[in-house]
Amino acid sequence: MNFEKPNIILGIETSCDETAAAVVENGTIIRSSVVATQIEIHKRFGGVVPEVASRHHVEQFTVVCEQAIKEANVEWEDIDAIAVTQGPGLIGALLVGVNGAKALAFAHQKPLVPVHHIAGHIYANRLVNEMKFPLLALIVSGGHTELIYMRSHASYEVIGETRDDAAGEAFDKVARTLDLPYPGGPGIDRLASIGKPNIDFPRAWLEPDSYDFSFSGLKSAVINMVHNAKQKGETISKENIAASFQESVMDVLVAKTMKAAKEYHVEQIIVAGGVSANQGLRQRMEAACHDAGIPLSIPPLKLCTDNAAMIAAAGSIGYLKGDRADLALNGNPSLEIEKFSV
Amino acid sequence: MNILAIDSSNLVMGVAVSTETKVLGEIITNVKKNHSIRLMPAIEQIIRDVDLTLDQIDRIAVAIGPGSYTGVRIGVTIAKTLAWTANKEIVGISSLEALAQNGMHFNGLIVPFFDARRGQVYTGLYQSKDGKVECVQEDRLTMMKDWLGQLKECQESVLFLSNDLDKHVAIIHEILPNSVIGEAVYNNPRPSEIAKLAFTREPSKDVHHVVPSYLRLAEAESKWLEKQVNKE
Ligand SMILES: [Zn+2]
Repeated sequence: MNFEKPNIILGIETSCDETAAAVVENGTIIRSSVVATQIEIHKRFGGVVPEVASRHHVEQFTVVCEQAIKEANVEWEDIDAIAVTQGPGLIGALLVGVNGAKALAFAHQKPLVPVHHIAGHIYANRLVNEMKFPLLALIVSGGHTELIYMRSHASYEVIGETRDDAAGEAFDKVARTLDLPYPGGPGIDRLASIGKPNIDFPRAWLEPDSYDFSFSGLKSAVINMVHNAKQKGETISKENIAASFQESVMDVLVAKTMKAAKEYHVEQIIVAGGVSANQGLRQRMEAACHDAGIPLSIPPLKLCTDNAAMIAAAGSIGYLKGDRADLALNGNPSLEIEKFSV
Repeated sequence: MNILAIDSSNLVMGVAVSTETKVLGEIITNVKKNHSIRLMPAIEQIIRDVDLTLDQIDRIAVAIGPGSYTGVRIGVTIAKTLAWTANKEIVGISSLEALAQNGMHFNGLIVPFFDARRGQVYTGLYQSKDGKVECVQEDRLTMMKDWLGQLKECQESVLFLSNDLDKHVAIIHEILPNSVIGEAVYNNPRPSEIAKLAFTREPSKDVHHVVPSYLRLAEAESKWLEKQVNKE
């Protein structure tokens, strides 16, 4: 398959709480990337409220698209295809992007390329470093914790995933227990950097040959401990709890990733998704990859969190591979990435 | 002027293309199917069926609610996006006002409504005057029981239009025994009526500012507001 053909893709992302549009050239060069984030709006609710998110998407959608086209300095005739996140995500939120993208595709008679959100997170790396195959991608975010093996472009094999909470979800819940604001990741990361990992929280290794994850036991252990201490009137070090919790999460993430990387003889390890902003994870992965002699790629922060440049980058591959949707395209909250595999 | 009208705000999905003097085409369905899948293909089809292209559409009229949150958003998103990207004028029309047009020839008060669960309805009060159906009391979310009590005070004959009549017909008969219940043929909001209304309206100055009219806060928002009030 020829993935070298020049192309310009307009990407659209509305799967959660960011309304985003971007123009990307050849899947590698960001011409523009506009994100209207709703983090401040959802903070007071302590998490993303789907209905509120959907309402904001409708208000922001055309504004964000207009800005992306303008900043990219492109005309509609320059754009080869429109790529949109079809799923997974919040259904009401997805529907705004999907229907907006269909209207654009119809108005300009452009091919419509459906994109899997996680493929987007993986391809965010291509906006920084060219991908080297075979590779292993660790995707960690508020909604996902997955290990995906890629033999080549657009070849996705999920070799491990969470059986309960996503890593980011555990961060948010533990943060709430420690009275830290939403989203919980940055707060825990900050406390962890000054605390000591001196509490022995559980690590769920599951079956010896499994690459799956489980964080609900760990989450409950932390919540119970804080709760019990409060009831007994004991003072606890939030810093040490954060550091111990984070260490427990990272131990499992890093160990399973490195084990899989060796078993599958990969040429590159990619980390993506919102939690890859975590300094603890970055440092641990860098050290482990250095020791194993496997190149590591982690995109910069603004490409780790949800954005549309990553959707356009994945859309570029989907476009060249021939992924097409018609005007009946629907959002799919539980879309599987294997559907997009060559 | 060619107007494209779009309505996916409730169970009935409708698209139409009209000129000032003619309804060129109209597609209406009243079945429980997915608007997200069907609306865009229906728009493509109606424009093609009347031998026009999107270039030849001058104005887009869209039902902005009240209704199903998701349904309203699908219609409004598509209408806004088409208007913005293809440089069309856009007019938002109340979904209740659209339905009220079906009572044009009724001599009395017209009450369109959509069920909003737990005894509530989205509704408004309309009246036919000089060949125009005008809004007398603005659209609202209210308990049907309270609303009927209010209508009773008006002491005029009332026509109820709704596809959700079966859920409320008993209480209507109880409180307003002399009211008129719309026949099935009058209970589907018609996109051609939305187009008709849009001819007479000023288009929105800024397409980005066209927003749905939900008439109700998201549940999390009203709970949050309640908490703030209780804190004070
Ligand atoms: Zn994401």
